[in-house]
Amino acid sequence: MTDPLLDVRGLVVRYGPVTAVDHVSFTLDAGETLALDGPSGCGKSSTALAVLQLRRPHAGRVRFEGRELTSLTDRELRPLRPRMQPVFQDPYGSLSPRHRIRDAVAEPLKAQGRWNADDGPARVAELLEKVGLDPSSGDRRPHELSGGQCQRAGIARALACEPRLLVLDEPVSALDASVRAGVLNLLADLQDELGLGYLFICHDRAVVRHVADRVIEMREGRITSEWRPR
Amino acid sequence: MRSEALLSVCDLRIAFGAVEAVRGLSFDVLPREVFAVVGESGAGKSLTARALLGIVPRDATVNGSVRLRGGADPAAERGRRIALVPQDALSALSPVHPVGDQLAAAVRSVRRVSRKEARARAVAALDRVGIPDAARRARAYPHEYSGGMRQRAVIAMATVNEPDVVVADEPTTALDEDRRERVLRLLAEQREAVGAALVLVTHDLDVVRDHADRVLVMYAGRAAELGPVERVLGHPRAPYTAGLLAALPQDGPRRRRLPALTGTPPAPGALGPGCAFAPRCPLAVAACHEDEPEPQAVDGRTVACHRVADVPEPIREFL
Repeated sequence: MTDPLLDVRGLVVRYGPVTAVDHVSFTLDAGETLALDGPSGCGKSSTALAVLQLRRPHAGRVRFEGRELTSLTDRELRPLRPRMQPVFQDPYGSLSPRHRIRDAVAEPLKAQGRWNADDGPARVAELLEKVGLDPSSGDRRPHELSGGQCQRAGIARALACEPRLLVLDEPVSALDASVRAGVLNLLADLQDELGLGYLFICHDRAVVRHVADRVIEMREGRITSEWRPR
Repeated sequence: MRSEALLSVCDLRIAFGAVEAVRGLSFDVLPREVFAVVGESGAGKSLTARALLGIVPRDATVNGSVRLRGGADPAAERGRRIALVPQDALSALSPVHPVGDQLAAAVRSVRRVSRKEARARAVAALDRVGIPDAARRARAYPHEYSGGMRQRAVIAMATVNEPDVVVADEPTTALDEDRRERVLRLLAEQREAVGAALVLVTHDLDVVRDHADRVLVMYAGRAAELGPVERVLGHPRAPYTAGLLAALPQDGPRRRRLPALTGTPPAPGALGPGCAFAPRCPLAVAACHEDEPEPQAVDGRTVACHRVADVPEPIREFL
């Protein structure tokens, strides 16, 4: 049996005296969607940040593609970061208002030293098309796009470095109903095509039932139950 | 105007220069009902909600009329007969005055009562929304309140003068499911307690289904469909309403893909001559791109759609 894509054991996150995540453990396979559900303040987002090592956990292990992340230095983590990418709730807040969409999507390629002037622009156009955006939207800035279009741009940027895991923190909560369905469909298609693992944070029960293979319920930092939608 | 209506809106139009954002809305709000206004961002629902209280952006031109029962201008009765629960409870309260003082000021702005009497009403209103130890809490500042308590205080502020109509503009947007239910229950209780009608502006169809009596579905500044909730959401006749409902994840067997509406809602000012929904509508025919449909009474509700007569119910099957 192969290793899971992500294996989290006994994760603890504290903010001063407050324990936000209290010994949380779960696994996630490639091609699988695991939803984290629970009320505001239950530790869902802190779990996500700790998985991504954007906030270092106080205790516990995070194994990603068979490598233990918690013992790595920031420098050692850097080559692994492209393989686990976040998508955040606020589609406008996750993109710089000053950058054109094209530059926002190119940025991770440049940061990873993978940019070259010959085929970089074509790669960006391909990514935009993959997420259902017209290539001309690359010339726009975030405020010229709708929330749904911005969220698609955020997903394009997350995909730029060919990740294996997307950590989606309320990715459709800020979107209108008629647009939300399109983004959920896009995420389903990308998962089918690329075999991505999704850690999907969401407090909308109907969305959770729709997207998740497994659901973990959290309350006050602890996992209270785990179930599978029909 | 129906004589029993508490609030009557007639051909309301709100424009910014040449761009019309609300394009001819007419509806009545009846005593003690929960009237939902639902639509996506940019549909004009927040503009409409605020116009009900006579609050409009400075650079907007308003045409048409909004009248309270008896013909009063709502702007003159704001805080007295009609009150607003704004979207953001955190910024709705002044950070530099105790909560009780702010409520008492709201009382004294519309009633000639003593400071002591205003104070007593403020404390009673806080108590009614379930703030524990209200007399003491009235002396506290908003930053000493939790988020949930601030939300309650804002609702207390809107109901302290026992208005006829409370307008709540997306009161639950930023809240999780548990808190959303608590706030809506509280709004319903307070509406009951002061005998007011509630205009509930939301983008959430589940909230409409669970809490409203009638619903106005807005698209691009117009009414797509208007009627009793069980008819409009149970058996939608406007393709937009049907598409919106179909796109919601539902209980029941899981589907990998949802029937999503293509495209996005149009920007105001980027509208063609025809029905604003026609570019996204799977049922659109040539006529839909030529003329804007007028609202017509069909099957116990009002629908603005050229195809309403020839597409039988349930139209979901045709989408």
